[in-house]
Amino acid sequence: MSMTNAAQINETTVFDMEPVKKKQRIKSFMKGMAFLLPSIILFSVFLFYPMFRTIYLSFFLTKANGDPTVFVGLENYINMFSSPIFLKSMKSTFLFVLYTVPASVIISLFLSIIANEKLKGIGFFRTMYSSTMGVSVAAASVFWLYLFNPSMGLLNQVLGSFGIEAIGWLTDPKWALLSVSITTIWMNIGFTFLILLGGLQSIDSSLYESADIEGAGYLYKLRRVTIPMLSPTMFFVITVTIINAFQSFGQIDILTQGGPINETNLIVYSIYREAFVNYKFGSASAQAIVLFILILLMTALQFKLGERKVHYQ
Amino acid sequence: MSQIELVGISKSYDKQQDVLDEINLTIEEGEFFVLVGPSGSGKSTLLRMIAGLEEISGGILKINGKSMNHIPPKDRNLSMVFQNYALYPHLSVKENILFGLKAKKVDKQERQRRLLEAAEMMGLTELLERKPRELSGGQRQRVALARTIVSQAPLCLMDEPLSNLDAKLRANMRIQIRRLQKKIGMTLIYVTHDQVEAMTMGDRIMVLNDGKIQQVGKPITLYNEPTNLFVASFIGSPKMNIGLAKFSKENKEIIVENQLHIPVDSAFVKDIHVHKQLTIGIRAEHLKPGTNENKDHFLEVVNVEQLGNETSIAFDVGSELWTAKWPGQWSIHVGQKVPVQILPENLLFFNSETGELIQSALKDKEQEVFAT
Amino acid sequence: MAIVMSFMTNKDILTGSMPSTFTLDNYVRAFERFPLFQYLFNSLVVSIVIMIGQLVLSSLAAYAFVFLEFKGRDLLFYLFIATMMVPFEASIIPNFQIIRDLGWIDTYSGLAVPFFATAFGTFLLRQNFKQIPKELREASQIAGMGDFKYYLTVVLPVSRASLVTLGIYGFLSSWNMYLWPLLSTTNDKVRTVQIGLKQLQTQEQLNEWGVIMAGAVIVIIPTLILLFFGQKKLQKGLTEGALK
Repeated sequence: MSMTNAAQINETTVFDMEPVKKKQRIKSFMKGMAFLLPSIILFSVFLFYPMFRTIYLSFFLTKANGDPTVFVGLENYINMFSSPIFLKSMKSTFLFVLYTVPASVIISLFLSIIANEKLKGIGFFRTMYSSTMGVSVAAASVFWLYLFNPSMGLLNQVLGSFGIEAIGWLTDPKWALLSVSITTIWMNIGFTFLILLGGLQSIDSSLYESADIEGAGYLYKLRRVTIPMLSPTMFFVITVTIINAFQSFGQIDILTQGGPINETNLIVYSIYREAFVNYKFGSASAQAIVLFILILLMTALQFKLGERKVHYQ
Repeated sequence: MSQIELVGISKSYDKQQDVLDEINLTIEEGEFFVLVGPSGSGKSTLLRMIAGLEEISGGILKINGKSMNHIPPKDRNLSMVFQNYALYPHLSVKENILFGLKAKKVDKQERQRRLLEAAEMMGLTELLERKPRELSGGQRQRVALARTIVSQAPLCLMDEPLSNLDAKLRANMRIQIRRLQKKIGMTLIYVTHDQVEAMTMGDRIMVLNDGKIQQVGKPITLYNEPTNLFVASFIGSPKMNIGLAKFSKENKEIIVENQLHIPVDSAFVKDIHVHKQLTIGIRAEHLKPGTNENKDHFLEVVNVEQLGNETSIAFDVGSELWTAKWPGQWSIHVGQKVPVQILPENLLFFNSETGELIQSALKDKEQEVFAT
Repeated sequence: MAIVMSFMTNKDILTGSMPSTFTLDNYVRAFERFPLFQYLFNSLVVSIVIMIGQLVLSSLAAYAFVFLEFKGRDLLFYLFIATMMVPFEASIIPNFQIIRDLGWIDTYSGLAVPFFATAFGTFLLRQNFKQIPKELREASQIAGMGDFKYYLTVVLPVSRASLVTLGIYGFLSSWNMYLWPLLSTTNDKVRTVQIGLKQLQTQEQLNEWGVIMAGAVIVIIPTLILLFFGQKKLQKGLTEGALK
């Protein structure tokens, strides 16, 4: 077949092929959508729509059933930021993050380094440490509720046996937030421990072997090999713990109900109370937007800083 | 048996430069056709376009005279063997072999018959209940081949099927695949980057580089008459020795790399002298040990490889490294200067600028005639 | 500690002494006074339904992201990433209204359906599906197998391990859910065991800690067993889904 002949046929086929290609594109698009549609619908109904609805509601006053009545613009926000209760809630929330996150991560790091040693029976400790991940917020809170009990709780009984005056763990404004934080740290440990242990186990053992050959000591290896190699995992654990801390609710509901004097009125609890106890859905929505922005910032930070390690494509 | 025709086939991604450029080719029924080329030459892409796994950007693909451009793979009536064998890890050998037949809803008794036949042929009868991870590389390869056999497709495509095997097994499988193809009589298109596989297996070979056909032909033709420098150095092991050359009319000689002076008679070079920029090529087996009559060239040995049945000797020639293959065992040391015989009739001449062949070696043609 | 307490008599707990007798009384009383079986059953149903829902939806979505090529795929992928930035707690008010308007308050659907779609699960499975050689899909294409059948007969069986991981994770987190069941249930018929525990705690006037602890132990036993068996898998799965 001569070249010119081939070229001609080529042109005619290109001409003929377009509709077929278009049809195939539409077909593959439909197929893709069929696989994704269930997720997309549910995301739309229970995530994207509620998000925009929350923004919408935050500009309105509402009836007790949550229907918007009067458009008030930014009034909900202005009221919110001038409300001492909300400001206190914000302060408590940040303090709570500050109390829980570093402590959770450091304790878990410590535990996971110990549990990563190849010792006999270490599996038992691994299971023990990670077990709090399986303990629900409700169960953990009930358990700590007993420990914190002013008269017969274990903590005060121990203090009592040393002759120290009983502490109102959950009723004393000085202690309440700290007590809730302790509970939260205890609950966090299971998850953070498990992830950090996973990070430790994935460090290439030849790195340690070569350090051994070069005569590095235990602490030197810890500082020069373990911690740097663990840093992506650490980073992930820290951001997740922060996000979780912002979202804490169950332990507050069971331990303190936000009290005493709103000391432990963390943001999600505050939203819950505003919406489902006071039926002020508008201002609750405004608070929810604040929570959304806080978490958005955290996730954005996680993506941004973790970029080198987060390969989504 | 399928006959395949490619008319002006080309492939480009996202309007970028062509991966394949205007490929025109006909593969005959029952032919063992090898596509060979370095990685990135587009050979796998071409194969996948024939299979229907890759969209054809331009041109027409015909199987048995019918245009196949938009026919889905399953309706092209072909089978394919992949480099990693594509065995389903959760299925037994038996289920893997029958995978395609089940999908095509072949009758159960017929399935069983073909399974036993193929298992027999590939020596898998004992392994039918095993999982792929319990098999050795060679056994997995045989399962993949058995899958092709049971499909009874008239066209089989193989994409580097042997490159995951070790050298010994590879040599063995080469023969097995070759025999299988002859026995079943299917048309086979075989992609490889290994020119030894291409030479030993193919009825015909197509050499591809940078998305362009370099040459299509019988293995021995490619070896003896490479159309350009690329094919000359790609086909054959060790690769053809190459050197820049000048033709000196006065002294009736060819000067290679400003070092070797090869006398030629005028009749021989009639067509050549018009090309000022010449590149000559000579096969390793033609760099013969010097004899009493002919020991004009003394070359310094830079490396010696004793292979037992032959000896491979490397020389420095100008800026090039040349290799000679001498039958038998030779006691030669690095640094020694040894006499080498270079006959002008063994030289291939290329245009240095275009790389095109001007004249191939004369003597080989004669040998070929004797051999046949 | 809590487990020990659940077997102690109330008197021993109140006086803070060491356990003197071993008793199952607390468990008996916990089951007598509260519809614990109903709570457990509700939790089990809701958790299993969520688990299955998540497995189905994430595996379908992950399949599309790995094996299908179509226009807008990348855009949808970013949409999935975006969902990770919207905390459920921040959108809980409209969610509550939606469930209420659908008449789903006090129903299993109301408890479970909002959690079916999960970006985390999709990413976890996507990571795993990507490790399946693409030649397997191509071989099945040549054999004439459609996408859905390939998804069912090859992709799902091959990635059993990661499906189990996601399943365990989904079950654990559903079982331990607190805020949503608190809002979307008002009676014992559908109340989950977590909310049941809260009921137990707030309604026990006599400070019968043994009974409460018995309740707490019942709540955590299923998840602890699950965690015990799935710890290794979870650890691997969570790190992979998060870091890759």
